[in-house]
Amino acid sequence: MSVSDRVPDRVSAVRDSDPAMILLLLLAIYAVYLVLGSIAGVDPLSNLTSLTRWIGLFAIAALALNLHWGYTGLFNIGVIGFMGVGVYVTAIVSKEPMAAGGGAVGGAAGGLGLPLPIGMLAGALAAALFGLLVALPALRLRADYLAIVTVAVSEIFRLSVRNGNIASFNVGGLALGFGGGDGLQLDWGSEVELLFDALLLGGVYDGLVRAAEQLTGSPVTVDRVGYALILLAFMAGYYALLQRMGNSPFGRVLKAIREDEEATNSLGKDTDRFKIVVFMIGCGLMGLLGVLWYMNAGGGGGSINPTQFRPTITFYIWVALIIGGAGSNTGSVMGGALFAAVLYRGPRFLQTVIDELTGTDLSRFARQTGFGEAMAPIAGSFDVFPLLLYTVTKLQDLQLLIMGLVIIYLMHNRPQGLLGHRKEQAAAIELSRPDRRSGGDRAVAADGGVEDE
Amino acid sequence: MSDTDIDAPDEAVQANVPDDADVDYEEAETQDSETEEAAKHVPEAVPLQVESLTKQFGGLTAVDGASFEVEQGSLTGLIGPNGAGKSTTFNCITGVLEPTAGVVRFNGEDITGLAPHEVADRGLARTFQIARELGEMTVLENLMLAPMGQRGESLWRSVLPFTRRSVVEEEEEVLEEVWDTLEFFDIDHLADEYAGNLSGGQRKLLELARVLLTDPDVLLLDEPFAGVNPSLEERLLEHLHELREQGYTFLIVEHDMDLIMNNCERVIVMHQGSVLTEGTPEDVKSDERVLEAYLGGEVET
Amino acid sequence: MGVADGYRTRVGVLVENPLYGLLAFVGLYLVADLILKLGGIELELAGVKVLGGFEPLNSFLSKVISGLLRGLIIGLTGIGLSMTYSILGFANFAHGDFITVGAFIGTVTSYIVAGVIGAATYDIGTLALLKIQATQLGLAITGGWVAFAAIVLGLVVAGAGTVGVVLVVDRLAFKPIRDRSSVALLITSIGVALVVRYLANFIWGIEKFTTSSPLDVWEFSVTLSSGDVTVNAHDLTLLVLAVSLMLGVHVLLQTSKLGKAMRAMADNKDLARVTGIPTERVIRFTWVLGGSLTGVAGYTWVLWRGTFGWFDGWLFLLLVFAAVILGGIGSIYGAMAGGLVIGLARDLSTVFIPSALAKASAFALMIVVLVVKPSGLFAGRTTA
Repeated sequence: MSVSDRVPDRVSAVRDSDPAMILLLLLAIYAVYLVLGSIAGVDPLSNLTSLTRWIGLFAIAALALNLHWGYTGLFNIGVIGFMGVGVYVTAIVSKEPMAAGGGAVGGAAGGLGLPLPIGMLAGALAAALFGLLVALPALRLRADYLAIVTVAVSEIFRLSVRNGNIASFNVGGLALGFGGGDGLQLDWGSEVELLFDALLLGGVYDGLVRAAEQLTGSPVTVDRVGYALILLAFMAGYYALLQRMGNSPFGRVLKAIREDEEATNSLGKDTDRFKIVVFMIGCGLMGLLGVLWYMNAGGGGGSINPTQFRPTITFYIWVALIIGGAGSNTGSVMGGALFAAVLYRGPRFLQTVIDELTGTDLSRFARQTGFGEAMAPIAGSFDVFPLLLYTVTKLQDLQLLIMGLVIIYLMHNRPQGLLGHRKEQAAAIELSRPDRRSGGDRAVAADGGVEDE
Repeated sequence: MSDTDIDAPDEAVQANVPDDADVDYEEAETQDSETEEAAKHVPEAVPLQVESLTKQFGGLTAVDGASFEVEQGSLTGLIGPNGAGKSTTFNCITGVLEPTAGVVRFNGEDITGLAPHEVADRGLARTFQIARELGEMTVLENLMLAPMGQRGESLWRSVLPFTRRSVVEEEEEVLEEVWDTLEFFDIDHLADEYAGNLSGGQRKLLELARVLLTDPDVLLLDEPFAGVNPSLEERLLEHLHELREQGYTFLIVEHDMDLIMNNCERVIVMHQGSVLTEGTPEDVKSDERVLEAYLGGEVET
Repeated sequence: MGVADGYRTRVGVLVENPLYGLLAFVGLYLVADLILKLGGIELELAGVKVLGGFEPLNSFLSKVISGLLRGLIIGLTGIGLSMTYSILGFANFAHGDFITVGAFIGTVTSYIVAGVIGAATYDIGTLALLKIQATQLGLAITGGWVAFAAIVLGLVVAGAGTVGVVLVVDRLAFKPIRDRSSVALLITSIGVALVVRYLANFIWGIEKFTTSSPLDVWEFSVTLSSGDVTVNAHDLTLLVLAVSLMLGVHVLLQTSKLGKAMRAMADNKDLARVTGIPTERVIRFTWVLGGSLTGVAGYTWVLWRGTFGWFDGWLFLLLVFAAVILGGIGSIYGAMAGGLVIGLARDLSTVFIPSALAKASAFALMIVVLVVKPSGLFAGRTTA
């Protein structure tokens, strides 16, 4: 028995290495940002919190998308639409109530005033139901049609909430609505406080605020740090949930559907039902992500409006997933982190660092100059400096160009993602030769089978 | 979303337990009175009946009123020249295609028009002409997928902490079963290989192993020997005979006439969408119409 | 098209049948509503408006015209998308940005020609970056010889330039992974789309350029009791150009060997290769044809709408997809017909719903088609 006792230990050690890899990568990213930030004199706290914000959001997003695409092969490029449904419904459920007709500004709408956690739950649920609505007709289509349908659905959602006719309507004396082109203010206050309260940690929050006020003179820091922590907690939660889902007979069927739906169906699996369930769950997770994404705690302004729901963010999320390697939850988190740190935050951060180092304000320069002004000196005297400067100032737009190049590069050279092909077996247990003697009879099976998960 | 949402129906779980087709048959009988009545006309030894099966694609009639039966515990061959409608017949029986007309009965129950997973669920399983291995999954994963009615296929049971335990225990049992099957087919050395990296013959073995793990009563094999080298073919045949002795029933589509004649006790010959003749290999061999059909002439039926 | 045709699933059976009835009902309702609205009749039931309203005839006719013209542009663009979809086997998400390429390259050419030969008071940089308005250059097709020549040259360069860009893109991005899955190619095309789009943004900036209200464009009005219906020379240019190009494509594909080869390739790529069809040459020809039509479509859009921005091609793409799917992927007539249907649906939907939702209704129509008849209305007539 001594041999078989050691086997589970080794097994769990191997398994634990995945979170360890993630942690190592995060530490490395933080180290680089801290070093570069300190050279440029960027406030380390705001540096880290804003970095964590994007790492958390993109990791969560990649995880949710990985359930659709990586596991089940459902080609969803309407992610932003499901995020939108989530955050809009949350807004309607949890915004401060406003009497119908009493609104200060035309078209302004209030909400039901229910607690934020309930609103978030409602948002996730609504996104899942919206997913069901899309799934029923669309899931029997092949991958590329599903892609077109999902992106069309997300555009229909955006155009619909932009429509002024449902900006505000009267429900039982309350002005509810989607705000039309003006969008909605997420006026429920500090989400961090609300979520701490919901976990009965309100006292802790108050204490932290007082401490922060004394230390830095600004209570906002608590919200920023709290928000970063909440995102990391959600990231860990998503990861744990999806790992558990993937490493199970359920996850095995999903992978099988991705590989060959017809064959899976012929093996007695009700593939339609699996696809619908998994599509709804993924959409629900995306809905919840939508709320986390647009919360005001991160300094995002606390408002939503239809222009934020263009497909661009969907493509960001896809790049993050492709970098990490579709099909792996660990890869998704790492892809999300790498994407956030290098491709998404990277150019802006670099711009800040350059600004600080050179003492200039590059973004102001961008407003003053154009491509023509940048090219003219080249034509005259081969002076490339203005073009370089223009390029640096346009980094935020160029980052999408760079992402395009990254997509092409990865599809050409590393279609399995930067981390390469990871063999992750979908089972609730470690798939190795069952612990029994080499012959063939089943006698030992009973005692070999007990392993602590 | 209820807990039972993704669960296999209860009777499926039960049907998974007995190994004996007769037991299943009795269960089918008691399921509802309609099938009970139908079942009375069926001799117990005929699990699969196909009656006047017809399938049209637009104006083209691929299967034209084919009728035949497969006897319990038999190795039955289904042969015919190209375009005779063998594969379409398979697809209609297993629910991949919906027949235009006709009835398919399995253990006395009318299964016409059921979805493929519902057909498989009742114990009628199939393999494909070109092996459909799940390429980016390992051989073990391919096989672990197959057993029917796994509790862990319920999302909630797999995820919730207090039910996870039972899923893990079940996985241990499934792994044992799978490993036995791997050893039976002598492919246990490939357990951790991606299925996509296997050779053509190994894929065929994998597919047969996988379909056996669904614990079927009747297996429909679509050209199981195509692209398999002679030594592997020998092994496959041994396996088939061994399994038949264990009580499995086989219906095999095959091009190789000799192979069918030497190994099947009953042979069904299809031509232009309908059954030309049916009988022992000797009967079929002596039937001139069969030869004519293979030579490509018009045949009077 | 293996869109699970014949591969039955429970969802499919559930969805299909009641849907047909519902669709027929919606269709009849809309027709009845339109007729009543044109007659100015409104039906009420228990105080709630159920049918009818008021839609002035001239407004309706203007919507028909604008829908048709939009449909022609969608159709022109759709031919290329449909061809690459069936012959190269993937949904090209960069196709919308090829419209952008055509629009910018063509307009830059027209500006330079009109500016240098005509006014000669602007430097090339200003012209190339589209920093002035077309009206300052008198850039209308009826605005004299210089303007006419500038527009014709613009059209030619829009087509030829887009072909060049498309061929480079194919060589660099798609050719190295020709044999990979359609999904890999699709994702790559999203990458290409980003590169092309943000390159346009980098060069021409985020502001839309306008050639709007060219006062000297000749126009023709019919006065109805409810108001005017106007068609101008640029509308007619678009009409003539689109129709003759479509006819040209038809003749080309029906009579030339390449047309036959394309049909063969769309049918079965491997078989085509085995039978000695020079597949790479066919692919190049597909890009040339599709690219030039798309580039020209982009330029005619500028003529028609009088404004364009770096993001517009991408926004337009989904409408083109809708048309191609509606018509049946691979069918060129399908793309043309689908374009007209989608264009009309988009513009006429404003008779019934707020104009903010016009585009949404076209997308919804596409989804309905995918659900009801995933192979499209012209299914099976590949590239013919």
